[in-house]
Formats: sequence, C-alpha cells, structure tokens
Amino acid sequence: MIEIEELTKAFDTLVAVDNVTLTVRPGEVLALLGPNGAGKTTTVRMLSAILKPTAGRARVAGYDVATQGDAVRRNVGMLTEAPGLYSRMTGREYLDFFGQLRQIPTPERHKRINELAEWFKIAPAAETRPTGNQKDVLDRRLGEYSKGMAQKIALIRTLLHDPPVLLLDEPTSAMDPASARLVRDTIAQLRNDAHRAIILCTHNLPEAEELADRIAIIRQGRIVEQDATPALKARLLGPPLMEIRLAPPSQNGIVTLIERTIAGYGARVEDAGNNWVRYSTPDPTVTNPAVLQALIASGVAVMTLSEVSQSLEAVYLRAVEGGV
Amino acid sequence: MNIEARITSTPAAPTGFSSIWQRMRSAWWPAWVIFRREIRDTLRDWRIVLPIVILVVGFPFLANFAANRGLTFVNQYGASLIIERLLPSLMLVVGFFPSSFSLVIALETFAGEKERRSLESLLATPLTDLQLYVGKLLAATTPPVLASYVGIGSYLLLIGFTLDWWPPLSLLLVSMTLSTVQSLVMVSGAVIVSSQSTSVRAANLLASFIIIPMAFVLQAEASLLLFADYTVLWLIALCMVVVNVLLIRLGTHVFNREQLLGRDIDELNLQHAWQVFWEAAWPHHGLKALYTREIPAIIRGMRPELLITVLVILVGGMIVGVWGIQRFPLPAEAFDLSQVQNLETIGSIVSQSGLLTSFSPWAIFYNNARALLVAGGAALISLGILALLLLMAPVAIIVYVVGQIGGIGINPWLFLAVTVLPHGIVELPAAILATAQAMRMGDVMLAPPEEGGGVDGILRESGRFIKLFMGAVIPLLLIAAWIEARITPHLLLNFLGR
Repeated sequence: MIEIEELTKAFDTLVAVDNVTLTVRPGEVLALLGPNGAGKTTTVRMLSAILKPTAGRARVAGYDVATQGDAVRRNVGMLTEAPGLYSRMTGREYLDFFGQLRQIPTPERHKRINELAEWFKIAPAAETRPTGNQKDVLDRRLGEYSKGMAQKIALIRTLLHDPPVLLLDEPTSAMDPASARLVRDTIAQLRNDAHRAIILCTHNLPEAEELADRIAIIRQGRIVEQDATPALKARLLGPPLMEIRLAPPSQNGIVTLIERTIAGYGARVEDAGNNWVRYSTPDPTVTNPAVLQALIASGVAVMTLSEVSQSLEAVYLRAVEGGV
Repeated sequence: MNIEARITSTPAAPTGFSSIWQRMRSAWWPAWVIFRREIRDTLRDWRIVLPIVILVVGFPFLANFAANRGLTFVNQYGASLIIERLLPSLMLVVGFFPSSFSLVIALETFAGEKERRSLESLLATPLTDLQLYVGKLLAATTPPVLASYVGIGSYLLLIGFTLDWWPPLSLLLVSMTLSTVQSLVMVSGAVIVSSQSTSVRAANLLASFIIIPMAFVLQAEASLLLFADYTVLWLIALCMVVVNVLLIRLGTHVFNREQLLGRDIDELNLQHAWQVFWEAAWPHHGLKALYTREIPAIIRGMRPELLITVLVILVGGMIVGVWGIQRFPLPAEAFDLSQVQNLETIGSIVSQSGLLTSFSPWAIFYNNARALLVAGGAALISLGILALLLLMAPVAIIVYVVGQIGGIGINPWLFLAVTVLPHGIVELPAAILATAQAMRMGDVMLAPPEEGGGVDGILRESGRFIKLFMGAVIPLLLIAAWIEARITPHLLLNFLGR
C-alpha cells in the first residue's frame, strides 16, 4: 500500500530525508519515531504529494507520488501536525468545505459528517440532536473550539473521504485522556476493519507501542532502525529480562541454583538481591518453566515470576542517541 | 457505528455537450468551492467589511461634498469648467480607495493561511495548483472590484442628484474599465506577494511596491481625465490588461506547493545570493574559456530573446520611424548641412545638441554603455519590455531622420552608409546582445527556473549580463565609439565634399 524506495529530499544544503526505504502493507500501522527535525514531517509531506522527492521513489495506494500527485492526494488522508482550522467557519461548514473539495456527493457528505461527529463524540446522535435555539457543537465557530475538539475536527477531515492510506501526525496531541483513548481505538479499528495502511508520526511512545505493528526510527533523515517492537527490543536491548521474587525468609544458594538451571539455555543471571533474582534469557518459554521446576523441587516458595518491562523509550533513546 | 464508508457515487459518463460541461464543471468546481469559502470568510470579518462599507458609502459623500463646495467657489469666478473636469477624476479616486483597501484580502490569501497553519491541509487535497490559485485569485479580486463599482455608483448618484451631472457613456466606460483593470492588477500583484511571503506582515510591507506605482498611475489618469483625453486612457487600460495577464502568468508559474510550505521563502540570504551572482558573473576559467565557451554559451541560451530583440528593434523601429515621418514631417530647413564644415563644427554641433558632453570616443562610449546599463535595470522592473523600447528608440530616430534626408536631395542609403554603418556595424550587435540578455533577466521573472526559483534566476541572469557586458559589450562599444568619433566624421565630410 505504501512502498518507499531510497526516498530523498534535499532543501538547498540540507538533506531532510536521506535514502529512506519503507513498506507499509494494508492493515498495518507503522509508527515513525524520531526527534524534532529528524525528517518525519518531510517524509509524510512527500507521501501525500505535497513535496516532490529529490531522488528515489514512493508509491502510495498504487500511485507514484512524483508523477501522480492528484491521485495520491485523493487516496490519502493526512492529519497535519497543527489542526490549522478556519476560525470563522463552523465545524460543519469546515468539514463540508473539505468534503466538497474532495467532490463527495452532498447527501453522502452530510451523512458522513454526522456519523463521524457522533463517533468522535462532538455531536449528539441524530435522535438526540438539539432543537430550537440550542446549537449543535458542530454548528459553532471553530474559533470557539478547545484544542482537543479542534484536533477531532481535523481527524474527521482526514477520514471524511474514507481514504485507504492514512498519514497521521501526532493524532492525539492536545487531547484529554478519554479523547486520546477514543482516537487510539479508532486508529486500531480503521486498521482492522478496512485494511488501511497507516503511518503514525508521534512522540507518544506508549501510543506507538500500543498501535504500531512496526516501528521505524528516523534520525537526521535516515531510518536507523525498523522492525516489529519485540524484535527491536531484542536487538537493541538484548534478550528479555525476567525477575523472580521469592517468599521470605531469604535462603542461601538460590542464585547458584538458578545459574545452574539456566546455563544450558543460553541464559544468565544479571542481578540479584534479598529474595529476588533477575536473569536474561533468549527464550523464556523454555527457561522459565525449568527455573520454576528447579525452585519448587528445592522447596523454595516462589512469589512471582515476570518479565521486567523494557520500554520503547529505552529502544528509542538507544537508536536515536546511541545509548539508553 | 461504522467509521468506514465507501464513497461510491460515480455517475454514468455523460456524452456530447453534457460531457464537456461535466468535465469543465469537475475541473473548476474546486476553484469555485475555494472562492465561496474565501468570500464567506471575508464577509464574516468586520475588520474588513466595515472599512470597505465606510469607503464605498462614506467616501463618495465626502467627494460629493468637496465637489459641491468647489463648484460654489469656482462659480464666483465663472470657472465652473475646472470643477466639471475634476468630477471624472474624483470618480476614479472614489473607485480606487476601496479597491486599494481591499488589497488586504489578497495579501491574506496565502500568507494568512501560512500563519494559521491551515495551508497544508488544503494542499493535501486533490486540488491542482491552478485550481487553488484561480479560486484564491477570484476571491481576492471580487471584493475590490465590487467595492470599486459600488463606490463609483454611490458617487455618481450623489453627484447626479446634487449637481445634475451625469457622465457621458464614453467617460463612464473608460472609468469603469480603468477601475476594473487597476483592481485586477493590484490584486494579481498582491496574490503573488502573498504566495511568496511567510507572514501577512511581510506581505503588507511588500504591498507598497503595488500601491505606490498604482497611485502614480491614478494621478496620471486623473490628469488625463482633466484634459478629457480618453484615447490615452484606453491605451493605459490596454497596458494594464497586458500587465495583468503577465502578472497572472507569473503568479501561476511561481506558485508551487513546495515553496508555499517553505519557511525560508522570504529569508534574506545575502551570502547565497552573492554566490549565485558571482558564479555566473566571474569568468572562473580564464579569458580563453570566457571567449571560447562561456560567452558563446550565454548567447546560445538567449536565442529566443535575440530573435525577439532583432525583430522588435528593426521592425518596430522601422514602423515607429515611418509613423513619425508621416505624422511629424520635418521641414527641409531642419536638415541644414551647411554648418557641417570640418571636425570642429561637427563636434560643436553634437555638443550643442546636448546629447553628449563632447564629441570624443570616451563620451560616446560612456553614453552608450550607460544607456545599455539603464536598459538592463529597466528590464528587471518591466519584465524585459522597457529594455526593448529603449533600444527601439534610436533605431526609430535613425529611420525618422534618414527617411527624410532625401527631401533635400541626398541619397538616404548613402547617407546611412556614411553616418551610421561604420560604427553601427559594431555598436548594433553590442546593443542587441546587451538588450537580449536584459530581456532574459526580465523573462526569468515570468518563467523562473526550476533550480532556485525566481530570485536565483534573476541573480544568475544578472551575473551573466555583467559577464557579457564586460566581456563582449564593452569591447565592442569601445571600438564603435572610436570609429564614431575618429572615422565617421571624416567620411561625412568627404561625403559632403568638404
């Protein structure tokens, strides 16, 4: 759905995007992570045929971004970094304006605006619409909207024409937790329901980890890492780290016992303390049962055995800065 | 609720006229949508609407009041003709004020979108550059033109009812046409300024380059209305139409999505500018390469301009010269060659004419070089047109003079061969080269190159102009000036049998 090959964009002396190669399949979400100025927005702008690549090629929904810009823009929904609304228009007028630009027939356009407004909870359902003098939120001027509401309007604008490809730049920025949850659920549903290809640019790493099938980390215009989240973690942070906690009182020889048990599985003890031991293992599905069995057989009371969470932030920092 | 919904309605393909209409509608519908949005946005902004209403309603009252008072005053001295001549001028002024104020709308078109950060979402729609530009241009044009019409209409009604003065149809037509084309020129210029600025503030600063020349034009028009010279006014209107077409052409050419989103579009980078200019101006590869490669390459690159220059100055100069002969024939006494007795008399005749400080090679060279440099500068502000006109003028004068010399029994062709040909054969190519390159500098503004855009293009072509000027034009002008001062006078004296 999105195929990028050695895509490059240079502005005078600055190479903003340098030889980027990526693929996003239908039904897949790719999170594009990177510090400010890394080249995320420039990449997204090229994919939405706003900027022309200096070199390389990209096909979006089957169309070449350099030569078939109009067709690309028809098939892409782009959520820009800033909502950029027209403050003197009402929400409904604004969405209608973009619907008209995309030449969506009037009845479908109105139906779609109402449905999406209901979905994003900025308009009541048809049966509970206000009557008389009471104004629907959608009929208020955009200048009166909160930041979160403005972001929702921008999202509706992005989804209005039901595009097969979505390029979302910071979709939950400025939103309260409930709205952000709604947007994340929406993105997940959009991916699953209609097999859309989605690129998500975000600084919100938990959000990226939750939504993305794959992560690409961009630094100084280059993709420095690209893989599924678990594989990235394994590659950059090493094998999963397990922590076992024992019931008091503490006993001697536990560390030696665990070391002896896991030695054959390529695992090793990383750290230990009173009543707890941490070990790394390339394959917890084999190592963990063996450790539990050995401890129980020795009469040791095990309280918990769990994986120590290694955050995407650590992966990101290692990729971007070269160290955790 | 299902948030996915396929947009399915694609009507059956129509045929014949209906098909053409559908295609046209589809092509221009987005521009119409943009137009409507912009107009609605403008009408909702009281900061724009209120001043325009005041200008189109209040200002005509003021003009009417001034006209009435003026008429009462001049009537005391029986000079009512003066104020009657001023009434049409006031009509133009009344139309100009609201349209010039409405320029803020045009200046806001793109710069305002950039400031609000709403432009990117617009650029991400399937709009073509032309649709977006046309929609914005129409939306920026309509309020000033309508404001101008309403202002003039209010003024005419007031003057009509209070002074019983109703303009003749020819005056009304020329005034309305001038108001319209003025508004169009200002808006087209303002939209270009807006698309090339990153903020409304920067666009407003640059707008003085539109308002000031237009104010001068308005003064000239008002003077012409005073003399009731409608023919020249129609010519001004025609020129304005040409300028407007050129501005729209320039606007659509320099309009591109990429630059619109650039933040350094109006950033002053003197180092880069100097680099581009210096790279093009300095003969980096030595003198041999300058004459064997660089100057030939510049000449090859300006073939169309060379062709146009030669055609315009020869054909145009000939037409203007012949027109001059027919319209303003000189009496035979004007060609009194009896004073031409020797080199000293030739020198003093030339000095007395005021054309040159002295009849020396340096004075001739200085005069010609200065004229061609002025043509280069004029080309930049006139899209190349003034450079052509400046070179066409001497050719027209030569045709005008030589064409009438036969009247006193002198063979014009022989006279031409003696007085113009010896130095002209060197001077004319130098002038053509300089003018063609000057024209190219102007052309770059109309069709900026892909690499670096308009500013880089102008700097590059200006650098080439300097290179060509120093490398070819100056040496040729020096040779021509020496021939003109040292050989041509001897030939003339011989020809006249002195």
